Amino acid sequence: MQTVADTSRFRRARRSTSRQLGNRILRSSLVEALAAPHGVDRYLELVRPLWNASEVRGEVVRAERQTARSVTIEVRPNEDLSGFRAGQFVNLSVEVDGKRHARPYSISSSEHRPERVELTISTHPDGLVSHYLRDRAQPGMIVGLSTGDGEFHLPAARPERIVLIAGGSGITPVISMLRTLCDEGHEGEIAFLRYAASPELALYDDELAALAERHPNLVVHRAYTRFGGGDLDGHLSRAQLDAVAPERAGAETFVCGPPSLLEAAQTIWAEDRIETRLHVESFVPPTLEIQTGTAEGRIRFEGSDLEVANDGRSLLEQAEEAGLQPESGCRMGICHTCSCRKRAGSVRNLLTGEVSDTEDEQIQICVSAPVGDVAIEI
Amino acid sequence: MTDYPTLTPEQLDSFGRELDAIRDRHLADRGKRDTEYIRKVIRAQRGLEVAGRGMLMLGFLPPAWLGGTAALSLSKILDNMEIGHNVMHGQYDWTGDPALSSKEFEWDTACPSDQWRHSHNYMHHTHTNIVGKDRDIGYGILRMSEDEEWRPYYLGNPVYAALLATFFQYGVAMHDLEVERIQTGETSLAEKRDMIKSIWHKVRGQWLKDYALFPVLSGPSAPFVLAGNATANLARNLWSFTIIFCGHFPDGTHEFSEEETEDETRGEWYYRQLLGSANLTGGKLFHVLSGNLSHQIEHHLFPDIPAHRYAEISVEVREVCERYGLPYNSGPLSKQFGSVVRKIFRLALPGGGGGEAEERSGDPVAKRDVVVRAKEDDALLVA
Repeated sequence: MQTVADTSRFRRARRSTSRQLGNRILRSSLVEALAAPHGVDRYLELVRPLWNASEVRGEVVRAERQTARSVTIEVRPNEDLSGFRAGQFVNLSVEVDGKRHARPYSISSSEHRPERVELTISTHPDGLVSHYLRDRAQPGMIVGLSTGDGEFHLPAARPERIVLIAGGSGITPVISMLRTLCDEGHEGEIAFLRYAASPELALYDDELAALAERHPNLVVHRAYTRFGGGDLDGHLSRAQLDAVAPERAGAETFVCGPPSLLEAAQTIWAEDRIETRLHVESFVPPTLEIQTGTAEGRIRFEGSDLEVANDGRSLLEQAEEAGLQPESGCRMGICHTCSCRKRAGSVRNLLTGEVSDTEDEQIQICVSAPVGDVAIEI
Repeated sequence: MTDYPTLTPEQLDSFGRELDAIRDRHLADRGKRDTEYIRKVIRAQRGLEVAGRGMLMLGFLPPAWLGGTAALSLSKILDNMEIGHNVMHGQYDWTGDPALSSKEFEWDTACPSDQWRHSHNYMHHTHTNIVGKDRDIGYGILRMSEDEEWRPYYLGNPVYAALLATFFQYGVAMHDLEVERIQTGETSLAEKRDMIKSIWHKVRGQWLKDYALFPVLSGPSAPFVLAGNATANLARNLWSFTIIFCGHFPDGTHEFSEEETEDETRGEWYYRQLLGSANLTGGKLFHVLSGNLSHQIEHHLFPDIPAHRYAEISVEVREVCERYGLPYNSGPLSKQFGSVVRKIFRLALPGGGGGEAEERSGDPVAKRDVVVRAKEDDALLVA
């Protein structure tokens, strides 16, 4: 019997040849020479933003609000993302008020349907991007994407027995795994445990029911941790697991959700001495604590594989002290010669006093001092 | 800084703080408005380029040749000035868009962008108008300051200026090679080898595109396409030379010595940038085509603020200058460029410190005093 996975593979193989031919012409050295020095992409993207080969982008083709605090978008990528594995994430970027912001979101669709990648974004209390998407995502919107990444994914050789545990917004990578297995016609037992605060905040309820109906080897157990009323009572516990997944020692278990869920699972699996069977992905919301005052923390120079303690001076001075030779110029925040990427952490602008914790941000290191731990690209 | 209007250290500090406040406010206000603006200009530039090259393909028809050459000239001017110069200043780095990243942008001129960023963003903007440090004062080819010692070579000043203007994109490209320092032996060709390779790579790319590929692709129109492309490059050279030379050379602009500017405070830095720069008046289109270098003062005070904001910032800067009794040098293109041309001729001769003033007094310091004050009055009147 031909599965969805088989059909998909066949369709993709056929389509790629015409795309390849188009690319061969556009990326030919003749066309590049004609479009020098800006490059072909800078002309094509003015006609259609998706026609940019150096950046992975996508067009939103569907936007649905399953709950008040989330948006589910289906994105058509401009590039073949078929390399991604169920459970991985992509870096989604959107422009908010003229400035690009990127956040990682797990792909929730099946591995075998890479032409339409689905993402479900849940709002964080202070989240800029999540709120923007929840409010504004609609068909036609162009977003930046990336190829799939991450260590949390289904292994190439599918385990016979699988337990999938999802808490809140952590359902996204896990349901990708489930959909993938269903597309493959997986016949082994799958136990799906879904924890949500309440039915109003529960994602993918209908889909889970439909899949369970179509696939007799799949059993879905729901728990509503705030008010009860599901198949399971309250938060993850050994009692629940014994009831619905007694054979878990012989299964591979994938869990994603808030820290409390992950800790509970890790504790139980450790007690049973089957830690190697448990695979965990953390969705901890970004902490927005900004430390001010005394010089604390460490600076990680990622490009040089070097780490030093922060002494409060500008990043340029501390880099030079550490023996690095970053490019610099006026050393007063005017010429941008020293500008490079801060990957993580907070910095204070020595001219304005402003503190910024934006991830992956271009900063002028001659006028930026670390506030706490910082990682920069040099 | 005795020849110019002086401020006390306290005044300079407060002057610096007021300008810092203007800067901070505009930096914080950056957003969609700026991104949309620059993208609009980029779309116009690319559109004009495609349209220009398309029309030139039919260049055997005079209207098509004229229209095509004009469109292509405008596109090269926009690429060079409003887009290239401003993007490479880091004015749009905050957007996170790689197409607007100063480190990644490459413009369609002979000068490699990394060399430009070094010689312009860093060297010129930090050492603006400091004789001996700012190599934009004459580009090592011309004599553009009385403080520069005269040599018989400089009798050719007007000729060198005309040549520089005609081949300006190459003059800019060779700027960082520091040819005059190679001649004196301070540096050598060997040290510049990588830079030369990089320059050649860009020049070859442009020659291939403008003088080989596009002509050949247009079949019978080849000579018209070639002529059109050459004319467009020339137009861009002449226009950018004119605008750029009006930035720091019109009457009323001041130069500084290395001693005067040692250990500058922030207020003193702003002060030097103001006194070393001159603005051009004009309509909105003129400002865009000049890459907003018509607001040279605002650009030198705030090089990394998106340039389309300079017009509104200039209102605030003028007001601050008035309160501190500082000159604000501004005038129409004809007047400002006229004074630059006169300066080029004047400095071809020994001395050359101000035509009329020279007759009044032989003492160099006093001469400069008088010249400066006379020109200042002119500038204030115009402003």
